[in-house]
Amino acid sequence: MADKITLEVFRYRPDDNSEPSFQKYMIPLQRDWVILDALNYIKDHIDGTLSYRWSCRMGICGSCGMMVNEKPVLTCAAFLENLIPGPVRIEPLENFPVVRDLVIDMRDFLEKLKRVKPWIIREQEDPAIEEYKQTPDQLADFKQYSMCINCMLCYSACPVYGLEPEFTGPAVIALAQRYNMDNRDHGNSARMDALSDESGMWQCTFIGDCSKVCPKKVDPAGAIQRYKVHGANTWWKNLLLPWAKDK
Amino acid sequence: MKSHVEPFWWSLFGAGGAISALFLPVLSIIIGLAIPFGWIDIPSYEHIYGIFEPLSVRLVLLAIISLSLFHWAHRFRFTLYEGLQLHRFKYIIAILCYGSAITIVAFASYSLWNY
Repeated sequence: MADKITLEVFRYRPDDNSEPSFQKYMIPLQRDWVILDALNYIKDHIDGTLSYRWSCRMGICGSCGMMVNEKPVLTCAAFLENLIPGPVRIEPLENFPVVRDLVIDMRDFLEKLKRVKPWIIREQEDPAIEEYKQTPDQLADFKQYSMCINCMLCYSACPVYGLEPEFTGPAVIALAQRYNMDNRDHGNSARMDALSDESGMWQCTFIGDCSKVCPKKVDPAGAIQRYKVHGANTWWKNLLLPWAKDK
Repeated sequence: MKSHVEPFWWSLFGAGGAISALFLPVLSIIIGLAIPFGWIDIPSYEHIYGIFEPLSVRLVLLAIISLSLFHWAHRFRFTLYEGLQLHRFKYIIAILCYGSAITIVAFASYSLWNY
Protein backbone atom coordinates (compact mmCIF):
# COMPACT_ATOMS: atom_id res chain seq x y z
CA MET A 1 0.00 0.00 0.00
CA ALA A 2 1.31 3.42 -0.93
CA ASP A 3 2.13 5.62 2.01
CA LYS A 4 0.89 8.88 0.52
CA ILE A 5 -2.18 10.02 -1.39
CA THR A 6 -3.08 13.25 -3.15
CA LEU A 7 -6.27 15.16 -2.42
CA GLU A 8 -7.54 17.74 -4.91
CA VAL A 9 -9.62 20.06 -2.81
CA PHE A 10 -12.00 22.69 -4.14
CA ARG A 11 -11.03 26.15 -2.92
CA TYR A 12 -13.14 29.29 -3.10
CA ARG A 13 -12.38 32.34 -1.01
CA PRO A 14 -14.71 35.20 -2.04
CA ASP A 15 -12.92 37.67 0.25
CA ASP A 16 -9.75 37.27 -1.87
CA ASN A 17 -11.68 37.92 -5.08
CA SER A 18 -10.09 34.71 -6.31
CA GLU A 19 -11.69 32.37 -8.81
CA PRO A 20 -12.69 28.89 -7.62
CA SER A 21 -9.83 26.43 -8.13
CA PHE A 22 -8.49 23.07 -7.01
CA GLN A 23 -5.60 22.84 -4.61
CA LYS A 24 -3.52 19.66 -4.32
CA TYR A 25 -2.43 18.34 -0.96
CA MET A 26 -0.19 15.30 -0.51
CA ILE A 27 -1.03 13.61 2.77
CA PRO A 28 0.06 10.43 4.57
CA LEU A 29 -2.23 7.51 3.82
CA GLN A 30 -3.46 5.80 6.97
CA ARG A 31 -5.48 2.62 6.71
CA ASP A 32 -8.16 3.73 9.14
CA TRP A 33 -8.61 7.28 7.86
CA VAL A 34 -11.82 8.61 6.40
CA ILE A 35 -11.88 11.66 4.12
CA LEU A 36 -12.77 13.84 7.09
CA ASP A 37 -9.60 12.71 8.91
CA ALA A 38 -7.60 13.68 5.84
CA LEU A 39 -9.23 17.14 5.75
CA ASN A 40 -8.55 17.59 9.45
CA TYR A 41 -4.91 16.62 8.83
CA ILE A 42 -4.68 19.29 6.12
CA LYS A 43 -6.29 21.89 8.36
CA ASP A 44 -4.02 21.06 11.32
CA HIS A 45 -0.71 20.45 9.57
CA ILE A 46 -0.65 21.89 6.04
CA ASP A 47 -3.15 24.68 5.42
CA GLY A 48 -5.19 26.26 8.21
CA THR A 49 -7.21 28.35 5.76
CA LEU A 50 -9.27 25.41 4.47
CA SER A 51 -12.95 25.71 5.48
CA TYR A 52 -15.45 22.84 5.80
CA ARG A 53 -18.26 21.75 8.10
CA TRP A 54 -18.08 18.79 10.42
CA SER A 55 -19.08 17.85 13.91
CA CYS A 56 -19.80 14.34 15.17
CA ARG A 57 -17.49 12.14 13.01
CA MET A 58 -19.97 9.26 13.20
CA GLY A 59 -22.77 9.80 10.69
CA ILE A 60 -25.24 11.39 13.08
CA CYS A 61 -24.97 15.15 12.65
CA GLY A 62 -25.16 15.24 8.85
CA SER A 63 -22.84 18.21 8.47
CA CYS A 64 -19.83 16.76 6.63
CA GLY A 65 -21.49 15.89 3.31
CA MET A 66 -19.29 16.67 0.28
CA MET A 67 -18.72 15.48 -3.26
CA VAL A 68 -15.92 12.92 -3.25
CA ASN A 69 -14.89 11.92 -6.76
CA GLU A 70 -18.17 13.43 -7.96
CA LYS A 71 -20.36 11.40 -5.60
CA PRO A 72 -22.20 12.91 -2.65
CA VAL A 73 -21.03 11.17 0.56
CA LEU A 74 -20.64 11.80 4.26
CA THR A 75 -16.89 12.34 4.51
CA CYS A 76 -16.87 10.78 7.98
CA ALA A 77 -18.03 7.50 6.43
CA ALA A 78 -15.90 7.38 3.25
CA PHE A 79 -12.60 5.56 3.75
CA LEU A 80 -9.48 6.80 1.97
CA GLU A 81 -8.35 3.22 1.55
CA ASN A 82 -11.16 2.59 -0.93
CA LEU A 83 -9.97 5.48 -3.11
CA ILE A 84 -6.38 4.32 -3.66
CA PRO A 85 -4.37 5.29 -5.68
CA GLY A 86 -6.05 8.69 -5.93
CA PRO A 87 -5.96 11.55 -6.56
CA VAL A 88 -9.18 12.08 -4.64
CA ARG A 89 -11.26 15.03 -5.72
CA ILE A 90 -13.20 16.78 -2.95
CA GLU A 91 -15.83 19.40 -3.74
CA PRO A 92 -18.69 21.09 -1.95
CA LEU A 93 -22.13 19.45 -2.28
CA GLU A 94 -23.49 19.92 -5.77
CA ASN A 95 -26.63 21.97 -6.50
CA PHE A 96 -25.97 24.41 -3.62
CA PRO A 97 -24.34 27.85 -3.66
CA VAL A 98 -20.85 27.79 -2.15
CA VAL A 99 -20.10 30.10 0.76
CA ARG A 100 -16.42 29.30 1.02
CA ASP A 101 -14.23 26.31 0.09
CA LEU A 102 -16.29 23.22 0.98
CA VAL A 103 -19.01 25.09 2.88
CA ILE A 104 -22.38 25.34 1.15
CA ASP A 105 -25.29 27.68 1.74
CA MET A 106 -28.16 25.54 3.08
CA ARG A 107 -30.76 28.28 3.54
CA ASP A 108 -32.86 27.03 0.63
CA PHE A 109 -33.16 23.60 2.27
CA LEU A 110 -34.04 25.05 5.67
CA GLU A 111 -36.64 27.34 4.15
CA LYS A 112 -38.29 24.41 2.37
CA LEU A 113 -38.15 22.26 5.48
CA LYS A 114 -40.05 24.88 7.44
CA ARG A 115 -42.74 25.04 4.78
CA VAL A 116 -43.86 21.41 5.36
CA LYS A 117 -44.25 21.92 9.12
CA PRO A 118 -41.98 19.06 10.23
CA TRP A 119 -43.46 18.68 13.68
CA ILE A 120 -46.50 16.97 15.18
CA ILE A 121 -49.63 19.05 14.62
CA ARG A 122 -52.63 18.36 16.87
CA GLU A 123 -56.17 19.53 16.20
CA GLN A 124 -56.83 19.76 19.90
CA GLU A 125 -55.04 18.65 23.02
CA ASP A 126 -56.68 16.82 25.89
CA PRO A 127 -54.68 17.76 28.98
CA ALA A 128 -56.04 14.71 30.78
CA ILE A 129 -54.10 12.39 28.47
CA GLU A 130 -50.53 12.21 29.68
CA GLU A 131 -49.04 10.08 26.98
CA TYR A 132 -49.97 8.86 23.54
CA LYS A 133 -49.01 5.25 23.16
CA GLN A 134 -48.06 3.73 19.84
CA THR A 135 -47.94 0.12 18.83
CA PRO A 136 -44.75 -1.21 17.18
CA ASP A 137 -46.66 -1.29 13.87
CA GLN A 138 -47.66 2.37 14.17
CA LEU A 139 -44.04 3.25 14.91
CA ALA A 140 -42.81 1.16 11.97
CA ASP A 141 -44.99 3.22 9.60
CA PHE A 142 -42.82 6.31 9.93
CA LYS A 143 -39.63 5.23 11.70
CA GLN A 144 -37.60 4.85 8.52
CA TYR A 145 -38.34 8.46 7.52
CA SER A 146 -37.42 9.73 10.96
CA MET A 147 -33.84 8.52 10.44
CA CYS A 148 -33.08 11.48 8.14
CA ILE A 149 -30.17 13.56 9.45
CA ASN A 150 -30.66 16.51 7.06
CA CYS A 151 -27.27 15.90 5.43
CA MET A 152 -28.64 17.02 2.04
CA LEU A 153 -26.76 14.37 0.06
CA CYS A 154 -30.07 13.58 -1.65
CA TYR A 155 -30.34 17.19 -2.86
CA SER A 156 -26.90 16.90 -4.42
CA ALA A 157 -27.83 13.63 -6.09
CA CYS A 158 -31.23 14.81 -7.36
CA PRO A 159 -31.06 15.85 -11.04
CA VAL A 160 -34.48 17.50 -10.79
CA TYR A 161 -33.34 19.75 -7.95
CA GLY A 162 -30.25 20.60 -10.01
CA LEU A 163 -32.41 21.68 -12.94
CA GLU A 164 -35.28 23.22 -11.03
CA PRO A 165 -34.13 24.75 -7.77
CA GLU A 166 -37.68 25.52 -6.70
CA PHE A 167 -38.38 21.76 -6.32
CA THR A 168 -39.10 20.97 -2.66
CA GLY A 169 -36.72 18.03 -2.88
CA PRO A 170 -36.31 14.53 -1.45
CA ALA A 171 -35.45 14.92 2.25
CA VAL A 172 -38.13 17.52 2.92
CA ILE A 173 -40.86 15.37 1.35
CA ALA A 174 -39.61 12.30 3.26
CA LEU A 175 -39.70 14.33 6.49
CA ALA A 176 -43.22 15.51 5.70
CA GLN A 177 -44.13 11.84 5.33
CA ARG A 178 -42.49 11.11 8.68
CA TYR A 179 -45.13 13.31 10.34
CA ASN A 180 -48.02 12.44 8.01
CA MET A 181 -47.66 8.77 8.85
CA ASP A 182 -47.42 9.34 12.56
CA ASN A 183 -50.81 8.41 14.06
CA ARG A 184 -50.51 11.22 16.63
CA ASP A 185 -50.38 13.85 13.90
CA HIS A 186 -53.29 15.75 12.30
CA GLY A 187 -51.34 17.97 9.93
CA ASN A 188 -51.73 16.00 6.74
CA SER A 189 -53.85 18.49 4.82
CA ALA A 190 -51.69 21.47 5.83
CA ARG A 191 -48.63 19.66 4.47
CA MET A 192 -50.49 18.55 1.37
CA ASP A 193 -51.10 22.22 0.53
CA ALA A 194 -47.37 22.90 0.69
CA LEU A 195 -46.44 19.84 -1.34
CA SER A 196 -49.10 19.67 -4.03
CA ASP A 197 -48.21 22.89 -5.83
CA GLU A 198 -45.93 23.39 -8.85
CA SER A 199 -42.73 22.97 -6.85
CA GLY A 200 -43.92 20.02 -4.78
CA MET A 201 -43.89 16.28 -5.16
CA TRP A 202 -45.22 16.21 -8.75
CA GLN A 203 -41.87 17.52 -9.96
CA CYS A 204 -40.21 14.26 -8.93
CA THR A 205 -39.69 11.90 -11.88
CA PHE A 206 -38.61 8.95 -9.72
CA ILE A 207 -35.00 8.78 -10.83
CA GLY A 208 -34.18 7.34 -7.42
CA ASP A 209 -30.65 8.70 -6.95
CA CYS A 210 -31.73 10.25 -3.63
CA SER A 211 -32.37 6.82 -2.16
CA LYS A 212 -29.10 5.46 -3.54
CA VAL A 213 -26.94 8.06 -1.80
CA CYS A 214 -28.88 8.25 1.47
CA PRO A 215 -26.48 7.23 4.27
CA LYS A 216 -29.40 6.40 6.58
CA LYS A 217 -31.45 4.27 4.14
CA VAL A 218 -34.40 6.64 4.45
CA ASP A 219 -35.55 5.97 0.85
CA PRO A 220 -36.87 9.44 0.05
CA ALA A 221 -37.80 8.29 -3.48
CA GLY A 222 -40.15 5.69 -2.01
CA ALA A 223 -41.59 8.29 0.36
CA ILE A 224 -42.34 10.63 -2.54
CA GLN A 225 -44.05 7.91 -4.58
CA ARG A 226 -46.23 6.94 -1.62
CA TYR A 227 -47.06 10.59 -1.14
CA LYS A 228 -48.02 10.92 -4.80
CA VAL A 229 -50.43 8.00 -4.48
CA HIS A 230 -51.94 9.67 -1.43
CA GLY A 231 -52.07 13.03 -3.25
CA ALA A 232 -53.75 11.48 -6.29
CA ASN A 233 -56.31 9.70 -4.10
CA THR A 234 -57.08 12.94 -2.29
CA TRP A 235 -57.46 14.76 -5.61
CA TRP A 236 -59.93 12.21 -7.00
CA LYS A 237 -61.81 12.15 -3.71
CA ASN A 238 -62.14 15.94 -3.73
CA LEU A 239 -63.36 15.78 -7.32
CA LEU A 240 -65.86 12.97 -6.88
CA LEU A 241 -66.94 13.58 -3.29
CA PRO A 242 -66.49 17.34 -2.78
CA TRP A 243 -68.70 17.24 0.30
CA ALA A 244 -66.47 14.68 2.09
CA LYS A 245 -64.15 15.97 4.77
CA ASP A 246 -60.58 16.62 3.63
CA LYS A 247 -58.39 14.19 5.47
CA MET B 1 -55.98 21.05 -0.91
CA LYS B 2 -55.30 23.41 -3.79
CA SER B 3 -56.84 22.50 -7.09
CA HIS B 4 -54.09 21.42 -9.37
CA VAL B 5 -54.33 19.26 -12.45
CA GLU B 6 -51.04 17.41 -11.95
CA PRO B 7 -52.51 14.58 -9.80
CA PHE B 8 -54.92 13.82 -12.67
CA TRP B 9 -52.12 13.32 -15.21
CA TRP B 10 -50.05 11.44 -12.69
CA SER B 11 -52.96 9.04 -11.97
CA LEU B 12 -53.24 8.27 -15.69
CA PHE B 13 -49.45 7.92 -15.88
CA GLY B 14 -49.38 5.52 -12.93
CA ALA B 15 -52.31 3.47 -14.22
CA GLY B 16 -50.73 3.38 -17.68
CA GLY B 17 -47.43 2.19 -16.26
CA ALA B 18 -49.10 -0.64 -14.39
CA ILE B 19 -51.34 -1.72 -17.26
CA SER B 20 -48.62 -1.58 -19.91
CA ALA B 21 -46.19 -3.48 -17.67
CA LEU B 22 -48.82 -6.21 -17.38
CA PHE B 23 -50.09 -6.45 -20.94
CA LEU B 24 -47.50 -5.12 -23.36
CA PRO B 25 -44.86 -7.83 -22.75
CA VAL B 26 -47.55 -10.46 -23.41
CA LEU B 27 -48.66 -8.72 -26.61
CA SER B 28 -45.05 -8.21 -27.74
CA ILE B 29 -44.22 -11.87 -27.23
CA ILE B 30 -47.32 -13.10 -29.04
CA ILE B 31 -47.20 -10.65 -31.95
CA GLY B 32 -43.46 -10.02 -32.12
CA LEU B 33 -42.01 -13.47 -31.41
CA ALA B 34 -44.46 -16.34 -31.12
CA ILE B 35 -46.29 -15.75 -34.41
CA PRO B 36 -43.25 -14.77 -36.59
CA PHE B 37 -41.19 -17.70 -35.28
CA GLY B 38 -44.07 -20.11 -35.78
CA TRP B 39 -44.30 -21.16 -32.10
CA ILE B 40 -48.04 -20.83 -32.44
CA ASP B 41 -50.19 -21.09 -35.56
CA ILE B 42 -50.98 -17.86 -37.31
CA PRO B 43 -54.52 -17.00 -36.25
CA SER B 44 -56.90 -16.24 -39.07
CA TYR B 45 -58.31 -12.78 -39.69
CA GLU B 46 -61.78 -14.01 -38.77
CA HIS B 47 -60.48 -15.44 -35.50
CA ILE B 48 -58.82 -12.19 -34.42
CA TYR B 49 -61.84 -10.20 -35.56
CA GLY B 50 -64.07 -12.47 -33.52
CA ILE B 51 -62.03 -11.95 -30.36
CA PHE B 52 -62.78 -8.23 -30.42
CA GLU B 53 -66.44 -8.60 -31.25
CA PRO B 54 -67.79 -8.23 -27.65
CA LEU B 55 -67.94 -4.65 -26.42
CA SER B 56 -66.28 -5.61 -23.12
CA VAL B 57 -63.13 -6.84 -24.92
CA ARG B 58 -63.00 -3.64 -26.95
CA LEU B 59 -63.30 -1.59 -23.76
CA VAL B 60 -60.37 -3.49 -22.24
CA LEU B 61 -58.35 -2.86 -25.40
CA LEU B 62 -59.24 0.83 -25.28
CA ALA B 63 -58.13 1.00 -21.63
CA ILE B 64 -54.76 -0.58 -22.50
CA ILE B 65 -54.26 1.72 -25.49
CA SER B 66 -55.33 4.95 -23.80
CA LEU B 67 -53.61 4.47 -20.44
CA SER B 68 -50.37 3.39 -22.14
CA LEU B 69 -50.54 6.53 -24.27
CA PHE B 70 -51.05 8.76 -21.23
CA HIS B 71 -48.13 7.00 -19.58
CA TRP B 72 -46.01 7.85 -22.60
CA ALA B 73 -47.27 11.45 -22.77
CA HIS B 74 -46.40 12.18 -19.14
CA ARG B 75 -42.96 10.56 -19.32
CA PHE B 76 -42.16 12.21 -22.65
CA ARG B 77 -43.23 15.61 -21.35
CA PHE B 78 -40.70 15.40 -18.50
CA THR B 79 -38.05 13.94 -20.82
CA LEU B 80 -38.43 16.93 -23.12
CA TYR B 81 -38.40 19.71 -20.63
CA GLU B 82 -35.91 18.31 -18.21
CA GLY B 83 -33.84 15.96 -20.36
CA LEU B 84 -33.59 18.41 -23.25
CA GLN B 85 -33.76 21.52 -21.05
CA LEU B 86 -36.77 22.97 -22.82
CA HIS B 87 -38.33 24.33 -19.68
CA ARG B 88 -39.39 27.62 -21.23
CA PHE B 89 -41.70 25.70 -23.59
CA LYS B 90 -43.31 23.73 -20.80
CA TYR B 91 -46.92 24.64 -21.58
CA ILE B 92 -46.51 23.97 -25.31
CA ILE B 93 -44.81 20.65 -24.52
CA ALA B 94 -47.60 19.66 -22.13
CA ILE B 95 -50.26 20.53 -24.71
CA LEU B 96 -48.44 18.63 -27.47
CA CYS B 97 -47.82 15.52 -25.34
CA TYR B 98 -51.22 15.18 -23.72
CA GLY B 99 -52.89 16.57 -26.86
CA SER B 100 -51.43 13.84 -29.06
CA ALA B 101 -52.38 11.18 -26.51
CA ILE B 102 -55.96 12.54 -26.40
CA THR B 103 -56.14 12.67 -30.20
CA ILE B 104 -55.02 9.05 -30.60
CA VAL B 105 -57.36 7.94 -27.83
CA ALA B 106 -60.24 9.72 -29.59
CA PHE B 107 -59.34 7.99 -32.85
CA ALA B 108 -59.03 4.60 -31.11
CA SER B 109 -62.40 5.09 -29.39
CA TYR B 110 -64.02 5.99 -32.69
CA SER B 111 -62.51 2.97 -34.46
CA LEU B 112 -63.42 0.54 -31.71
CA TRP B 113 -66.96 1.90 -31.47
CA ASN B 114 -67.51 1.49 -35.21
CA TYR B 115 -65.97 -1.97 -35.19
